[in-house]
Amino acid sequence: MKFIKNIGLVVCIIGFSFFVGSIFVGEYQVSEEKFNSWINNKGIKSEIFIADANSQIVGKTFSSFKLSSKLIELAEKSSEAHQVNIQKWQTEGGQDEKINKEWSKVIWVDWSKVHKDFTFPLLQETVNSPVNNNQWLAFFLTFGLAIIGGLLYIIPDFILLGPAGIKNNALFQHSATNRGWGGMLVAAFFISFYFLLYFFSDFLINPILATNPISLALSGNPASQWFMYGLIYCSVMTVFAVKMYVKYRHNLYQVIRTTVVWFFQIAFAFLIPEMLVRFNQPWYDFKNAWPLNYTFFFDWNINSLLDSGNLGLFMLVWGILLTIVVIPVMVYFLGKRWYCSWVCGCGGLAETLGDPYRHLSDKSLKAWKFERYIIHLVLVFATVMTGATLYTYFSGATTVLGIQTASLQSWYGFWIGSIFAGVIGTGFYPLMGNRVWCRFGCPLAAYLGLVQKFKSRFRITTNGGQCISCGNCSTYCEMGIDVRAYAQKGQNIVRSSCVGCGVCSAVCPRGVLKLENAPDIDRVNDNPILIGKEEVKLK
Amino acid sequence: MEHVVIIGNGIAGITAARHIRKLSDKKITVISAETDFFFSRTALMYIYMGHMKFEHTKPYEDWFWEKNKIGLLKAYVQTIDTQNKQLKLDNGTGLSYDKLILAVGSKPNKFGWPGQNLKAVQGLYSYQDLESMEEYSPTTKRAVIIGGGLIGVEMAEMFLSRGIAVTFLVREDRFWGGVLPKREGDLISRHIKKHGVDLRFNIELKEILPDENGRARAIITTNNEEIECQFVGLTAGVSPNISFMKEGNIETNRGVLVNEYLETNIPNIYALGDCAEFHQHPTGRKNLEQVWYTGRMMGETLAQTICGNKTAYKPGVWFNSAKFFDIEYQTYGWVNSELRENEADFYWEHEKGEICLHLVFDKASNKLLGVNTFGIRLRHEVCEKWINGEATIEYALEHLKDANFDAEFYKQYEKEIINQYNQEKGTNLKVRKRDWKRIFSKN
Ligand SMILES: Cc1cc2nc3c(=O)[nH]c(=O)nc-3n(C[C@H](O)[C@H](O)[C@H](O)COP(=O)(O)OP(=O)(O)OC[C@H]3O[C@@H](n4cnc5c(N)ncnc54)[C@H](O)[C@@H]3O)c2cc1C
Ligand code: SF4
Ligand code: SF4
Repeated sequence: MKFIKNIGLVVCIIGFSFFVGSIFVGEYQVSEEKFNSWINNKGIKSEIFIADANSQIVGKTFSSFKLSSKLIELAEKSSEAHQVNIQKWQTEGGQDEKINKEWSKVIWVDWSKVHKDFTFPLLQETVNSPVNNNQWLAFFLTFGLAIIGGLLYIIPDFILLGPAGIKNNALFQHSATNRGWGGMLVAAFFISFYFLLYFFSDFLINPILATNPISLALSGNPASQWFMYGLIYCSVMTVFAVKMYVKYRHNLYQVIRTTVVWFFQIAFAFLIPEMLVRFNQPWYDFKNAWPLNYTFFFDWNINSLLDSGNLGLFMLVWGILLTIVVIPVMVYFLGKRWYCSWVCGCGGLAETLGDPYRHLSDKSLKAWKFERYIIHLVLVFATVMTGATLYTYFSGATTVLGIQTASLQSWYGFWIGSIFAGVIGTGFYPLMGNRVWCRFGCPLAAYLGLVQKFKSRFRITTNGGQCISCGNCSTYCEMGIDVRAYAQKGQNIVRSSCVGCGVCSAVCPRGVLKLENAPDIDRVNDNPILIGKEEVKLK
Repeated sequence: MEHVVIIGNGIAGITAARHIRKLSDKKITVISAETDFFFSRTALMYIYMGHMKFEHTKPYEDWFWEKNKIGLLKAYVQTIDTQNKQLKLDNGTGLSYDKLILAVGSKPNKFGWPGQNLKAVQGLYSYQDLESMEEYSPTTKRAVIIGGGLIGVEMAEMFLSRGIAVTFLVREDRFWGGVLPKREGDLISRHIKKHGVDLRFNIELKEILPDENGRARAIITTNNEEIECQFVGLTAGVSPNISFMKEGNIETNRGVLVNEYLETNIPNIYALGDCAEFHQHPTGRKNLEQVWYTGRMMGETLAQTICGNKTAYKPGVWFNSAKFFDIEYQTYGWVNSELRENEADFYWEHEKGEICLHLVFDKASNKLLGVNTFGIRLRHEVCEKWINGEATIEYALEHLKDANFDAEFYKQYEKEIINQYNQEKGTNLKVRKRDWKRIFSKN
């Protein structure tokens, strides 16, 4: 068994090595034809750039890093020249038309926003790599090996870890799960991956190509970086769902919850949207609600839905109803857990890949205070940004109170959508626990939390006086809730941030905690009397 | 301002301190020689097993004490001068008090075994015990644990988590035989063995043999078997940690003797928690109850008395809980290891032998007296209400779903349980649906 486990580890590492290694292989041959079609598609008007590129790029062969940095370099150089012209003509005055024309030649290549959109298509078109020529094989060597290896590593634990029960041994003694070098390494890997994914996808051409056959089979389109990401997400969740089954097989709440959240990811966030695309419908994730899905009200999305006939209209109406009716009603009956740990993709990853890191969340009062500020700020930001978006959509004005709607959107997209939700939200799993985004950043969680706190039947019931203050519940609460602080006073846990993962209840060695939907009698028992003792009443 | 000094920063002393603070602004000082801050002793095993770090076992953050003006002092109290209301500390200083609360806890029993003071022979009670277990673990291949009780089984689980073999010697014919009825004891014994513990019954320790460095190298049992080991765990119970006051004039027996108000024989000196022994328990329970919950309840009670609302200690229905490897145990009321004369019982066990429910009731009146449950969580309030309100065994069985506290989607066994009862007694009881109103009703 131990042997199989070790083989699994090796195979998995080989898979990852192929994946990472593929970034560095291949060459990019820019033919004139491909170059011209790229120039046309991008609508590039700068004659300086075109001339430079013709002499320095066309007909030559590069690595991905060289090609993309060369393109950026030339773009920046040409834009500088155009801007010098503009400045000159501005001081001379009276040449507005010329200036406008010159502006349209400037190529914007801010790394945080449009850099990848600029270079990515040319790289994708010009790549010549072993991956491109053997896509199925590449898929097997990267995804295939990593998945098979991962499963071989995990499944033997069914026997190795002994009879069913809580399996948290050594978590605080192992470097991978206790912020040691192992954890740092994984964090560095996650963070770099997200940076590449969001901002430098042109370096991921080969990994993306490795998923091409799957994408073609599903939607008929070539794979994009988002398709690759979706496939990674699903694979990771699948492998780690198996780990959850091994670890929590004695606990049916965990088994069912894991299955459901896995299903929603695979079906609703991956297969169904890809199938929709196959039938020329918009890519649409029926469970992704605004404001988590912050682009829902962006003009391109609304327009695309409106252009898609009845189904598109249905999607638009459903998206709105989901946020304003379905979610609050369900939260009233079940608590926000129905979304955050049963349906949501972010929650799904946190509850599978993230499970080995849940104990790293900060339980201090300070962290709780910080959390309340920042998560509600994000909610306000999302609402304001969306308000401006809708105002712009209906009125046509591009600014609201002097602020450009488009820059609000791209700010939100960069700082919240990419950096917070992706790079920090997942990248920091091994450092700050698995719910960094859900706890501190997710505007939807903030909204659900308000409903849960003030109008819901959900609570975690504390079982009378049975708590021994051991601290397992608080330690394993991924949301950093100090569950023990309530339990040891005999108080129910009613907290806006609780995602109802059920792990506090699972790890409690004294059967103190139960997630429950019940009538509002004594739900918030602020002044509980510990039972077991008859006469003392606390003021 | 009146100065309340508390010796011992365990659950009893700290609960008293917190509640005195809630009720008054007296000056409070808590002294302990063990750790700077209050931690949960019950979680020691989880530190060793890597489920938690020490910091996670502290129920309050470190700033809590200063903010609530509860003074903490790390020192060992050597003697108590009750005449001058003065404590003598090991750092050479003294401390005077107006009211003194003794919450000094327990220490592991040693019954005079030859070799009991060797290296790597110890109990598990204090943080220092944990540290020393850590120290010996890397060089331990087999540990022998003496005494089949709660701390013994925790120690076994700890060692197994590090791949250290465990031999577990139990004096009775089953695990925790002094407390658990036979069938429950057998159930847990099976489970302990399933985890790979070499569990032996009806055997005691005779002697511990040293190696050349004064460390345990083997033990000899009462049937003269020698078992090689590098560590010996002494977990045959605990007794009050009162040796430092034996000399003084505070009246003691096994523990510090107190009345129902937790007062000792000396005015303004109180005792509570593990170290307090009642002359006569106020509700007829055992005079010495060394568990977490009683320490906490005594702390809450004593705070009232100290703050001018003289209150007798009146614990309600007895309850307790534990976990043996993977099986949780809860008990409410009294289920004795042997039935008393007036008692009858009903026992149900799941076919796989890891879940059971044991109800004890009064033969004559059918009133429920106690519940033992393994592998099923029960609702404290409901069980207490039944036992206090003198519900009959039949009522309890019919309404068992009200008491179920297992996580959602867990398999429930009420039907099986009631079928067995009907079969045994020829009754025709039916499982009632869970009813929130009933659950929340106060009586
Ligand atoms: C491993 C383990 C697991 C347990 N599990 C459970 C359980 O699951 N459920 C349950 O109900 N109970 C359990 N118990 C028992 C429970 O922990 C005790 O009943 C409880 O901690 C007693 O609390 P206390 O406040 O009376 O004393 P303690 O917690 O023992 O505190 C006394 C403190 O006083 C200090 N002290 C003593 N003398 C002096 C002095 N002269 N000067 C200065 N300081 C002094 C000691 O160092 C100690 O820190 C467990 C105990 C152990 C050891
Ligand atoms: S309180 Fe419990 S159920 Fe809620 S998030 Fe924390 S661990 Fe999960
Ligand atoms: S895990 Fe259970 S016993 Fe431990 S502190 Fe939490 S509620 Fe109390």
